[in-house]
Amino acid sequence: MTVTGNRFRSYIAVFLLPATAIYTMFLIYPLLGSLGLSLQETVGQGGQTQFVGFANFRRLLTNENWAPGFWNALGNNVYFFVIHSLVQNPIGLLLASLLTAGKLRGQNSYRTALFMPTMLSVVIVGFIWQLILSPIWGVAEGFLGALGLENWFKPWLGLRESALTALSLISVWQFYGIPMMLFYTGLIGIPDELIESAYVDGASGWKIFWRLKFPLILPVLGIVTVLTFVGNFNAFDLIYTTQGTLAGPDFSTDILGTYFFRVFFGHQLQLGNPTMGATVATMMFLIILAGVLTYMFAWRRRVETYEM
Amino acid sequence: MKIAHDVRSVRRRRIGRAVTHLILLGFVLLAAFPVILVFMNAFKARRAIFSAPLALPTRETFSLVGFETVFSRSNFPIYYLNSVTVVVVAIGFVVFFGAMAAWALSEYTFKGNRFMSIYLAIGIMIPIRIGTVSILRLMVALGLVNTLWSLIFVYTAQGLALTIFILSQFMAQVPRDLKDAARVDGASEYRIFGIVLPVVRPALATVAVFTMIPIWNDLWFPLILAPSGRTKTVILGAQEFLGQFVSDWNSVLAALSLAIIPVLALYLVFSRQLIVGLTKGALKQ
Repeated sequence: MTVTGNRFRSYIAVFLLPATAIYTMFLIYPLLGSLGLSLQETVGQGGQTQFVGFANFRRLLTNENWAPGFWNALGNNVYFFVIHSLVQNPIGLLLASLLTAGKLRGQNSYRTALFMPTMLSVVIVGFIWQLILSPIWGVAEGFLGALGLENWFKPWLGLRESALTALSLISVWQFYGIPMMLFYTGLIGIPDELIESAYVDGASGWKIFWRLKFPLILPVLGIVTVLTFVGNFNAFDLIYTTQGTLAGPDFSTDILGTYFFRVFFGHQLQLGNPTMGATVATMMFLIILAGVLTYMFAWRRRVETYEM
Repeated sequence: MKIAHDVRSVRRRRIGRAVTHLILLGFVLLAAFPVILVFMNAFKARRAIFSAPLALPTRETFSLVGFETVFSRSNFPIYYLNSVTVVVVAIGFVVFFGAMAAWALSEYTFKGNRFMSIYLAIGIMIPIRIGTVSILRLMVALGLVNTLWSLIFVYTAQGLALTIFILSQFMAQVPRDLKDAARVDGASEYRIFGIVLPVVRPALATVAVFTMIPIWNDLWFPLILAPSGRTKTVILGAQEFLGQFVSDWNSVLAALSLAIIPVLALYLVFSRQLIVGLTKGALKQ
């Protein structure tokens, strides 16, 4: 007995109202508001704005005072994402397949311990790694020394050419748990009979993994990638905590989140600018939207045809 | 011949298992080491922190001077109270309002149901940070800057999207008989919602844990909406303290420990719930 019919039923509105009201007021309205602000410019002292069309975007993408900073942040952000995809996914897949290989003793304890870093605050993780990599404390240097590699040690976070890679790897250390858990879920979802019959046919574990299991969990790779993408193009805390507002050295670790923060609030070298801040946020919105839509249409469709 | 083959395959499987444990233990060590290192050294005197960072505190090296500085020079108790208030109230809103909306979407067929489902799902993929400029203006207009309410509303809005999405799926699985029996007895729709809510309690708990962690860990909104001394959360308080006391290693390590302990404790208590929720939620997609 489903309640149907077209007459207005007030209880439906009552159930929906509180959530919809808060969600609309504090999420949808600000999102639209920010998109709207990106088309305006502050005039005069009172903070009034006037409509200027796409002038802010033109300025952000081409003006010599804005464009280099924006493209630098975008490029760094793409690099940040690429390192995540290349390192985080294989580690996640390896750990998930080890956790699901046969009846493993201590499986749950391993899972709990391995997922732990993901629960910590990015701020705390950033600080801890800053201490470990610090030449003053010398923990990392000591480790390399024990392996006879003390010459390899460098203050990675302080060097222009290595800071962004080091930060990407710190972030990977924190978040490999997410692909691990999602791959794990995909792997335990594969029916046992399927795997057993492959064993009976004499296939090796290696072959079973690549020929049978991997294609079946391929859709998970899409979800993982889109989650990583959204997370990376929205990141801020790690860079802000370890490198400061200026994303040093020499802006080499600046990503869109820190660039947005600087443009919006200003910093030592420049006043804050809300409408340009909104413009940067809108670019981030468009990038994230493009990623999500690519996943929803292109990837999903391809994987579906592949499965058939 | 057959037996020789079996012996070899048993041995191979045993080696394979040992390698599996070895790799997993290696990664566990990599995951736990930084945290253990911080805890260990938080209880040591400055000299011992530097001379033997990998040693456990001994009777000679044991010291609480870092914690003393943290408690005398910052307001960690207030930060804890702020964080707990924000998390508890926001979770309460997210779970209760989210359950109401999820119930409406999963139980009733009405015009606009599909639209509302999609509308409320936008926030799953689009991060609320994108709207920061307007959120700050809104909070200024509402007079909520530097209040915990600003954080509570933002986190509630952010948490609702995924919560409604997950809970609708759980509520759709509640057996019809239960609801129909109540309807035949003439129960109001509100009453039926009250009957269904305890049935999906595990899902509510999962969603609560799920929403809690990012709220506790966030730096962005406390930094922008509520940076005043009275409204700082633990993470913002720790971040500023760490920045100021960068060279006072005892205090830095103590502050880090204080910021980690609550999340770690919560995680260890709820890890089963969290992981089950994560796996279920993922399977649904």
